[in-house]
Amino acid sequence: MLRSATTWILVGQRLGIALVTLLIVSFAVFFATELLPGDVAEVLLGQAATPEAVAGLRTAMGLDEPAIWRFLSWLGGLATGDLGMSYVNKMAVADLLSGRLMNTLRLAGIVTLVCVPVALTLGIAAAMWRGSWLDRLVSVLTISVISVPEFMVATLAVLVFAVWLDWLPALSFGVNVDSLGAMLRAYAMPVISLSFVVSAQMIRMTRAALIETINTPYVEMALLKGASRRRMVLGHALPNALGPIANAVALSLSYLVGGVIIVETIFNYPGVAKLMVDAVSTRDLPLIQSCAMIFCISYLLLITLADMIAILSNPRLRR
Amino acid sequence: MSLALRLPTPARLGYSFNWVGRIGLAVILFWAVIAVIGPWIAPYPPGDMVDYDYFGPMSGQFWLGSDYLGRDILSRIVMGARYTVGIALAAVLLACAGGVVLGMIAAVIGGWFDTALSRFLDAFNGIPHLLFGLVVVAAVGSSIPILIVTLAAMYLPGSYRFARALAVNVNTMDFVTVARARGEGFGHIILREIFPNILGPVLADLGLRFVFIVLVLSGLSFLGLGVQPPHADWGALVRENIEGLSLGAPAVIFPSIAIASLTISVNMFIDNLPTRIRDRSE
Repeated sequence: MLRSATTWILVGQRLGIALVTLLIVSFAVFFATELLPGDVAEVLLGQAATPEAVAGLRTAMGLDEPAIWRFLSWLGGLATGDLGMSYVNKMAVADLLSGRLMNTLRLAGIVTLVCVPVALTLGIAAAMWRGSWLDRLVSVLTISVISVPEFMVATLAVLVFAVWLDWLPALSFGVNVDSLGAMLRAYAMPVISLSFVVSAQMIRMTRAALIETINTPYVEMALLKGASRRRMVLGHALPNALGPIANAVALSLSYLVGGVIIVETIFNYPGVAKLMVDAVSTRDLPLIQSCAMIFCISYLLLITLADMIAILSNPRLRR
Repeated sequence: MSLALRLPTPARLGYSFNWVGRIGLAVILFWAVIAVIGPWIAPYPPGDMVDYDYFGPMSGQFWLGSDYLGRDILSRIVMGARYTVGIALAAVLLACAGGVVLGMIAAVIGGWFDTALSRFLDAFNGIPHLLFGLVVVAAVGSSIPILIVTLAAMYLPGSYRFARALAVNVNTMDFVTVARARGEGFGHIILREIFPNILGPVLADLGLRFVFIVLVLSGLSFLGLGVQPPHADWGALVRENIEGLSLGAPAVIFPSIAIASLTISVNMFIDNLPTRIRDRSE
């Protein structure tokens, strides 16, 4: 397929917008955390600190410099991989994060592998037999999952799989992954809960995208000339709905970001989100900032990816 | 003539709801009434330890069991309705009012103002909602006014985008051009020409945003960053009693059901609004 220059200009524009957004987001994250009531140096030294000690620590930490200067040096540090030191345990944030990030990415990867085939099959089937009992069942289930909080999906999963069926232990997931069985157990509940949340979105959006294509005149034409429903949907509608569906997949994967925060907390899964929630309770600012940036970047990445897929797959969007 | 007189209520305009929408509306009204009259109907003071047992079962004395400290769950849910419904309602009204006003202004003024505002708010939307709440609460601490403002700030950009898209369409219609030619002022065009014509979809959008806000609020409370003890909204009730989960205690199940009943019924109500209300601008 020949892509015109305007396509690439549009894609470049999207990338540019994403970068500007990232800048604004980092600005927001930095200044939101700077609003912390009370001085960081005072918080760190505790109530017994003398004014001289606080002043000394402020100078040592560079807190005396203007906020905008600190923001720029923080941003420069982020770009070069220097994420600063954790206030609480005096370790480099990058070291704290590296292992955790792998854990979270592994969880997200497994969920994606589980979700995408299941959600696409169900979404396409629901759209193909629209109005059937299958469609209704899928719709009711997805709407129910979407309209309850993520932690409730996880809670329900525990109730069903741990309390009633007694297949998996409830709320007791350690880090030990020495044997295959232990590893499966450690991953099963978080993966199940997250998969429900993400695939509900994906099924709904896939179904909507396909139905929109089915409603076009040329698909109706296929039906009128006598094509079977299967042929009409899979042969005529689906190829043209692939772009919107890929868009829907990328968009629903961005729900991983919110879901993972809740799910890691519930199951005590040692990932970035758990680290961040713990950092919030100890008010460990550099750690919070870095974690927030990781989540914002992955969220933006998925949304921008969805946009670019939409532009590349639909010539009508590149006027 | 006041605006309230012209709200498109179903009874006045002769629109009818199907039964799914009616059930949704009934549940919404039920929780709204509970939120208002809560303190008078709660069987026990919500903060008092009344049961000697913890995670007590459902019984005649404690209809929905007791929590991890032996407090009556029914009373705590009834009081929690105030926090959940009240905070979410205040936040959604703030978010939608701000979003709709800004959206209409941007649509009418157009030009660089529109572009700059849209870009800025889109960028703001690039922060995941739960994460934004987490960072703000970490920074400034958690209190009810802060929760309301934070939740409103999270959902204002979405509301703005929705209202702006509708208002841009209405703005190009002939009757708006005629009003301009007549020499009507800026305020008149926004309030009298555009606002009544986007009201229906905006109300439906408000309902959906209410659901999102209830979900994020519950999520924040569940993480321990929302309503602070000894008070508790429904999300905080689930958090407090999460250890009872492995016992299958009613203390953790019923607050969850309360959240689900509210959010599902709002969705049911919105989905079954008469299409003439939802798509009035089309």
